[in-house]
Amino acid sequence: MTKPHFVIEGLRSSIEGKEILTGINLEIKGGEVHAIMGPNGTGKSTLASSLMGHPKYEITAGNVTLDGEDILEMAVDERARAGLFLAMQYPSEITGVTNADFMRSAINSRREEGNEISLIRFIRQLEAKMKELEMNPEFAHRYLNEGFSGGEKKRNEILQMMLLEPRIVILDEIDSGLDIDAMKVVAAGVNSMRSEERGFLIITHYQRLLDYIKPDFVHVIMQGRIVKSGGPELAERLEAEGYDWVKEEVGIEDETAGPKEEEFKMPMNTRGPKY
Amino acid sequence: MSVLTVLPVDSDYVRNMSNTLGEPAWVTELRLAALESAAKLDLPKLEKTRIDRWNLGSYGKYKAENRVASTAELQSIIGVLPEEEQPGTSVLVQRNSSVVYTKLAEDLAAKGVVFTDLHTAMRDHEKLVRPYFLTAVGYEENRFTALHAAIWNGGVFVYVPRGVVIDVPLQAYLHSDDPEATFAPHIVIVAEDNSKVTYVDNRTSAGDDKLIHSAVVEIFAKPGAHVRFASIHNLGESVTDLCYRRAVVDNDASIEWIVGEMNHGDSMTDTSSVLRGGGSSSDAKVINVGTKKQRLNLTTRAVHIGRNSKSQMLTRAVMKDEASAIINGITKIEKGATGAFGEQTEKVLMLSPKARGDANPMLLIDEDEVMAGHAASAGQVNPEHIHYLMSRGITKEAAEKLIIYGFLAPIVSEIPIESLEEQLQQLVERKLGS
Repeated sequence: MTKPHFVIEGLRSSIEGKEILTGINLEIKGGEVHAIMGPNGTGKSTLASSLMGHPKYEITAGNVTLDGEDILEMAVDERARAGLFLAMQYPSEITGVTNADFMRSAINSRREEGNEISLIRFIRQLEAKMKELEMNPEFAHRYLNEGFSGGEKKRNEILQMMLLEPRIVILDEIDSGLDIDAMKVVAAGVNSMRSEERGFLIITHYQRLLDYIKPDFVHVIMQGRIVKSGGPELAERLEAEGYDWVKEEVGIEDETAGPKEEEFKMPMNTRGPKY
Repeated sequence: MSVLTVLPVDSDYVRNMSNTLGEPAWVTELRLAALESAAKLDLPKLEKTRIDRWNLGSYGKYKAENRVASTAELQSIIGVLPEEEQPGTSVLVQRNSSVVYTKLAEDLAAKGVVFTDLHTAMRDHEKLVRPYFLTAVGYEENRFTALHAAIWNGGVFVYVPRGVVIDVPLQAYLHSDDPEATFAPHIVIVAEDNSKVTYVDNRTSAGDDKLIHSAVVEIFAKPGAHVRFASIHNLGESVTDLCYRRAVVDNDASIEWIVGEMNHGDSMTDTSSVLRGGGSSSDAKVINVGTKKQRLNLTTRAVHIGRNSKSQMLTRAVMKDEASAIINGITKIEKGATGAFGEQTEKVLMLSPKARGDANPMLLIDEDEVMAGHAASAGQVNPEHIHYLMSRGITKEAAEKLIIYGFLAPIVSEIPIESLEEQLQQLVERKLGS
């Protein structure tokens, strides 16, 4: 398989008419791990959702390509089949659809009709990956994410990544709500997937995840664009000194994205809404 | 204004039909009394449904059918071959106005089980039938029940003697392929003390002319008896389904309803349990798929009279196209029914902007020492859910399918008879597939 080549150029994205992303440029190649860091409300999750094609976000300008193919022209499921994967911050809970049925459908969506994965092979793979992630095998037969704790949902996202073997992986705050042991398990899962055939984009608040998943590149996002890039040492400095020095360096007072009358911010200590 | 101010039949017609069928005098008299009531009674009052605007005129006339001799002929009528070669099965087939085939497993016959058409039962087993016939669903309730009692034909009578346990389900196929013939089966099931029986019926139709399926089911579960009643209605677009199902449940007896409302035409069904015995219980599971311009009014009801009686009702409905459904759940707890426990859930999933679904849970409670609960919801497929599934590569169509089947799964997967579960699954797929 060839190395993936993922390019984001001048990406602008709005929600309900408010522009959040104001021009993102980023290039990810196979084997690379990029981390995107930034305070709350700067557009990190908007970037993840926009790339995956969440219907709430409207792309107003820019290009995104994977191996030269225009991602923005594709429907959500086509993006996934082209090799894009987003581990979501708040995955949906879907009653009546078992985890196993869901994942088998996802695998088969990548295969030709008549060439579906055999049940036995699928179960063998599923069980092996679940074991790696220290998941209770019973979760395979539970309804998708229903009644899962925050940490179980995150593991379930990583499980899907491991089964689907995507080419570009976006992890949207995969560390939020995880205790240190769970984070180690999740990080080990991600590390086991690192290869020349896969690129990673890791979105996080905290440097601590990057202690376990070593990035090659670190980018700081403010006001909906990347304002500073560097190597792993950048994450360490942010951890030690916070973001103020970056703001000063690039001449920003308010780092948040979007029109300023929008006062509401998600408090750090709450969980996201359940659908 | 009402379509039915003129009744579809008169007393001469009813008397002649009863004579042709060779019915005992008491049956003829009941038919005539019912007809007289029909002229005076109103249509039932239904929640949010103008049933007077439905097709209520096409009752058809009684026509005799020949009995079926061969399995091949049977297969051509009902489309499937009942496992009739196996010695343990019991099968009854009604075609239009007549029962054309009956077979009762030998071991059950030896134990005194009766499984035959209602006309035969009235002649041969008057003592078993007469105390029950039209006592759970009386003809004086409304115009539908009265007309049914006047013109019913074919039908099934099941009698399970005291202590007899029947493991293999009794199967009935009720099929209409001649819209000019009355299609009005009446089912009576009597399960004596501590007996156990499962009865399954399939109702189907062929043809494009208007027809009414006028049906009544009366079930009597005597002390300690357990009756499981499963019915799949798969009637065509031109058929109006008017169906009352009612069980009278004695001390420590139980009734289990499994109903697939998979018709293609307008349907009014009412499935009720009268829990008159102490410790009696009822469990109702209903799934429904509505398509095109179908109008549906589905009621499940539990009436608690006995102490410590228990009821559970689950209904899930999926509405497509311009279908509309009124889903009523009624838990009625009478004074004196201390320790009663009633729980109900109705959920409607709408797949198109023009589909409509109302879930109406009602708790009517006249006793203090009880527990009752309800949950109801009506909504569309959550777009976040579709997005999530699609983000894993699943197509939009496949994602919707997963979610819809998932919505029905908690009920379908609870169906205790595997063949029935499969059959329902297939019907759901076929109805949602187009």
